[in-house]
Amino acid sequence: MMLSKGLKRKREEEQEKETLAADAWWLDPSLPAAAQAPPAAASSSLFDLSVLKLHHSLRQGEPDLRHLVLVVNTLRRIQASMAPEPTLPPVPSPPAAPCVADSLLASSDAALSASMASLLEDLSHIEGLSQAPQPLVDEGPPGRPTGGSPASLGALDLLGPATGCLLDDELEGLFEDIDTSMYDSELWAPVSEGLKPGPEDGPGKEEALELDEAELDYLLDVLVGTQALERPPGPGR
Amino acid sequence: MMPGIGVLTQDTLWCFSQVKGTIEIGATEADIISTVEFNHTGELLATGDKGGRVVIFQREQESKNQVHRRGEYNVYSTFQSHEPEFDYLKSLEIEEKINKIRWLPQQNAAYFLLSTNDKTVKLWKVSERDKRPEGYNLKDEEGRLRDPATITTLRVPVLRPMDLMVEATPRRVFANAHTYHINSISVNSDYETYMSADDLRINLWNFEITNQSFNIVDIKPANMEELTEVITAAEFHPHHCNSFVYSSSKGTIRLCDMRASALCDRHSKFFEEPEDPSNRSFFSEIISSISDVKFSHSGRYIMTRDYLTVKVWDLNMENRPIETYQVHDYLRSKLCSLYENDCIFDKFECVWNGSDSVIMTGSYNNFFRMFDRNTKRDVTLEASRENSKPRAILKPRKVCVGGKRRKDEISVDSLDFSKKILHTAWHPSENIIAVAATNNLYIFQDKVN
Repeated sequence: MMLSKGLKRKREEEQEKETLAADAWWLDPSLPAAAQAPPAAASSSLFDLSVLKLHHSLRQGEPDLRHLVLVVNTLRRIQASMAPEPTLPPVPSPPAAPCVADSLLASSDAALSASMASLLEDLSHIEGLSQAPQPLVDEGPPGRPTGGSPASLGALDLLGPATGCLLDDELEGLFEDIDTSMYDSELWAPVSEGLKPGPEDGPGKEEALELDEAELDYLLDVLVGTQALERPPGPGR
Repeated sequence: MMPGIGVLTQDTLWCFSQVKGTIEIGATEADIISTVEFNHTGELLATGDKGGRVVIFQREQESKNQVHRRGEYNVYSTFQSHEPEFDYLKSLEIEEKINKIRWLPQQNAAYFLLSTNDKTVKLWKVSERDKRPEGYNLKDEEGRLRDPATITTLRVPVLRPMDLMVEATPRRVFANAHTYHINSISVNSDYETYMSADDLRINLWNFEITNQSFNIVDIKPANMEELTEVITAAEFHPHHCNSFVYSSSKGTIRLCDMRASALCDRHSKFFEEPEDPSNRSFFSEIISSISDVKFSHSGRYIMTRDYLTVKVWDLNMENRPIETYQVHDYLRSKLCSLYENDCIFDKFECVWNGSDSVIMTGSYNNFFRMFDRNTKRDVTLEASRENSKPRAILKPRKVCVGGKRRKDEISVDSLDFSKKILHTAWHPSENIIAVAATNNLYIFQDKVN
């Protein structure tokens, strides 16, 4: 690392030139723009760095939106430059990505985290990430209603067709005997692996629309792991 | 003192005047200064810090006996403006750091300022008390109730002088209007309204009304997947109460007219400079992100600060700036490292002098830069304890890019990137500047001849 926060380092002039060359030769303004296609390895490491930054940013309780947007846009630029390569360098897929995105749904700004998860979805064709949940439209600023805002959580559709990404079709059969009526509703996606997402038109769908506050609290508790699984209370309680 | 002097000629020499703040051993993160602002007369200088405190300095009356010393700034009032809060709904702590302070023009004996953290704006009244009533009938001098049986006569309490006391009281709290982090506040020239801007929205407030604000800009996309740009700064025009500008993370500035429509999502003017193809890199967008936008005092120009440059725009020309000044172009080849250590996301502010002839902005290694728009001269100065002898003249600094380093120069790799000057302020009519260097506030003045 050439420069770090808070460190003051003196270098010999020769070392200076070397490091400069190794570090950012493709940014050398003396090179014509056309020749500035960076080597695949350098793009890849910049890509990894950007993904790390994105993850770090998403893990904050309330991400710095400017930082997040700039990193994501930079990531897209790098991705675009890497795409035409016939053989991509091996890109380590961050396994925590779907979990990070999903775990954020239980806290803070669900709309924001869902949206960032779907930004990650854009990168999924390179990294093989799972399909991300759809974003939630929020109620907009006070004093000015946003058109088409949904009532409560009805519009949140977390069960995309490919949420069984972590499981093969074969494995799904192993879990058929588990009562998944709570999870069959459109409202909640399983946070941890191994929970089978039910069919979308399961019995829970009608109930979903009538879930009241107590049930939502209960479901939230389950998702954050503070309660053991129990039969959910019936609708209209 | 002649107003409007600001021409950076060879005759202008900047001298150390004062430094405020703890020496490094005792410094905590809460002491880091996060905003600096002179009031409209320059008599008061306010700072806000990460710990949510506001410190106001007042300029001493100039002494006729000491012609060589111009009025010094001494502490006038200190108060806790914002406290850390906990948002229970989102399980998040709201930082108490003061993001911005803006003064209201003085209309009576008291001073008013707005201070804001990420979520809440407060209006503070700072007033002096130098008299107190004495001679109550029902209480004695210590405030204890007197036995009614002992009261045989009535008297009228009189006001008697007391030691000067400066009180700061919160007069209004403007809360719950921002989902995202507030980055700017700006007082309107009508003195009745002000605006607060966060990453995606700008709200208009009336000073008298705290339970309502009017949303005037909203760039939040219906689908957050489409979010690619945020608002980074906003300011009202100094004279036209219907006009304001806001800048974005993509390096654009929009001028809006509130008369055109209630919701100013459509701009009147759009300022953007086309990208220079020879300077294109992965970091082009990040370094084009505007960190500060300021109208000139005249209202004819706007100045913007992005990572490597300061630009001056004429309001009548939208397709490119009329002037571009390189702040620290030697960093252009280090962008990758600066991205790695997040320095590339640092938000530097910029300021005009009173006559709009000189502009100033900060850099790393406690360096700050001034550019004279008329002579095209520029100078790099340093805020450091080593140069802090009274009336010591600041020596211009120079960064050596490559090749042989001269004796007084400093090489790029020796720069201390933890010492960043993000916040500076220039007295409205005199050559007095305040420079915030982490937890210290430096005050410099030009040499009195």
